[in-house]
Amino acid sequence: MSDTTIRLDTITAADIAATRARLPAAFGAPLRSRALRWTVGLLALSYLLYLHWLFDFDRVFTNLPRVWVIVRLMVDWSQFAEWDHAELLRSMAETVAMAYLGTTLAALVAVPLGFLGARNVIPSRVFRFLTRRIFDGCRGLDQLIWALVFVRAVGLGPIAGVLAIFVADLGVLAKMFAEAIETTERKQLDGVQATGASRIAALRYAVLPQVLPVMISQTLYQIESNSREATILGLVGAGGIGLRLSERIQINAWDQVAYIIVLIMITVALIDSLSKALRIRLIRGA
Amino acid sequence: MSTLHPTQDPSWRLFQERFGRLQRARRAETLLLVAIAALLLVIAAAYTDFSPAQVAAGLPRIGEYFGKLFSIEPARGAAPVPVLAWDHLFQGVKQPQSIAYWFYRIDVYLVLLWQTVQMAILASVMGFTAAFVLSFPATRTLVRSTLAVMAVRRLLEALRSIPQVVLAFILVWPFGVGPLAGILAIGIHSTGALGKLFSELNENADLRAVEGIRAVGGSWVAQIRYGMVPQVLPGFLSYALLRFEINVRSSTIIGFVGAGGIGQELRRVIGFNIYEEVSAICLLILVIVVVIDLLSERIRHRFIGSLGTKA
Repeated sequence: MSDTTIRLDTITAADIAATRARLPAAFGAPLRSRALRWTVGLLALSYLLYLHWLFDFDRVFTNLPRVWVIVRLMVDWSQFAEWDHAELLRSMAETVAMAYLGTTLAALVAVPLGFLGARNVIPSRVFRFLTRRIFDGCRGLDQLIWALVFVRAVGLGPIAGVLAIFVADLGVLAKMFAEAIETTERKQLDGVQATGASRIAALRYAVLPQVLPVMISQTLYQIESNSREATILGLVGAGGIGLRLSERIQINAWDQVAYIIVLIMITVALIDSLSKALRIRLIRGA
Repeated sequence: MSTLHPTQDPSWRLFQERFGRLQRARRAETLLLVAIAALLLVIAAAYTDFSPAQVAAGLPRIGEYFGKLFSIEPARGAAPVPVLAWDHLFQGVKQPQSIAYWFYRIDVYLVLLWQTVQMAILASVMGFTAAFVLSFPATRTLVRSTLAVMAVRRLLEALRSIPQVVLAFILVWPFGVGPLAGILAIGIHSTGALGKLFSELNENADLRAVEGIRAVGGSWVAQIRYGMVPQVLPGFLSYALLRFEINVRSSTIIGFVGAGGIGQELRRVIGFNIYEEVSAICLLILVIVVVIDLLSERIRHRFIGSLGTKA
């Protein structure tokens, strides 16, 4: 069959029928899968229509002119000299300070917690389950929710922001530290213990040196990501640049809003590159 | 002819000296770094008024607040009671300390949770679609003009570097208070984040299929449709599901600035100090986030599994 020349004028209906019987897929998908495809497509389409109706999506297009109004106001920086630069820069620094303080404190507390949550340190399954669930609880609620709660508990200001970052990060870092501790080499621990060292000394000299670079690098990464997150904590009153941003949005000072966003982007980019450089140095040194 | 004890060998002394020098240098460096970190900590604490005294003063108030979250507002003069008690756990809405009493507005919450998840879905669909379209012009192996690639990439970077909540707050002005502003904010951010990941997948894809389509005279769109998309689609969908998980989290908080969903209700009850409702909503948010994470993880594994075996 393969070495014969196929002549189109000699193909008969019987040939076609035979080929169709042999290779049904070459003649298009079978009816069943085609029907299935259509049903799924129609269901997806009607679901999207439902969402369109649920959120009144038409307004995206009818309100677009209002977006242009904001954008036009945002790019007009003719009042630049009159903005309160000192206040804005101070708030930006406050945001970075909040991120640094909250993350570092969380890291310091997370080290012992990480040891408590690691399987090779505390073998008790019940205990580990409980500590892990506590970490999950801290992590599961967003930083912004914690901020809102702490603003209510300790009042407006950066302290609420620091506490929110601290609690949310405690969950993240303790979990990561516990996992890092669980993946350490067992042999070094055995070696130190063979010299008759106490349990604490064994952890100090066998486990800590293995995980410390990992811990520091993870903390640096968290500082980096928290300085990004901390910029919005002020929107709920927890201090920092977000507070200034929220004031400017409320009085429709769109030019300054754009300026603050640019400030945030520059600061975040600076911290990113600084922390990346430090982390690379750390990995090389270790 | 006497043999020297190893410690009297001059090379031993030399070794000791060099080792000591290195050790001291290392120790000095560590100390310096710790000192810098500590100094920064002190400066940061001063900057944020975060003194031990302040925290000590705040701690009882934090404890008191969290206590209130899990207790029922007492009648005048009475002591507050915990929000749940074993004896009343499964009794009706009218009985304090039962689950039904704690979650007495569950119908409202469920509608809002539904809305929140739909917000995340629509935002993810928007982000996926826009990122899908934009990822191909942002792929260096598919576009000859470096300028065009750079332009699209900068656009994607700009979209993802504005914080979502800030974007939502801004969009509330043109689109009004409600979920639409939140959806757009999350969708725009997802476009930036997914577009970057998608274009990276595209660049790692095998170009032989694309060249094959080009060789038979396929247009640029046809090259992508038949040469590129079949290779990268599983990766795209997997990233999109991961993004959906993140978007569910975002949509629970985006309401804090008036952009719809359960967050708007949470902010209201926190503002009005309706303590039991705060803890009830927070628990529901925790549950929904965990459920969506587990579900999406399962779909992702099944999905990649089946596609992986086919390929």
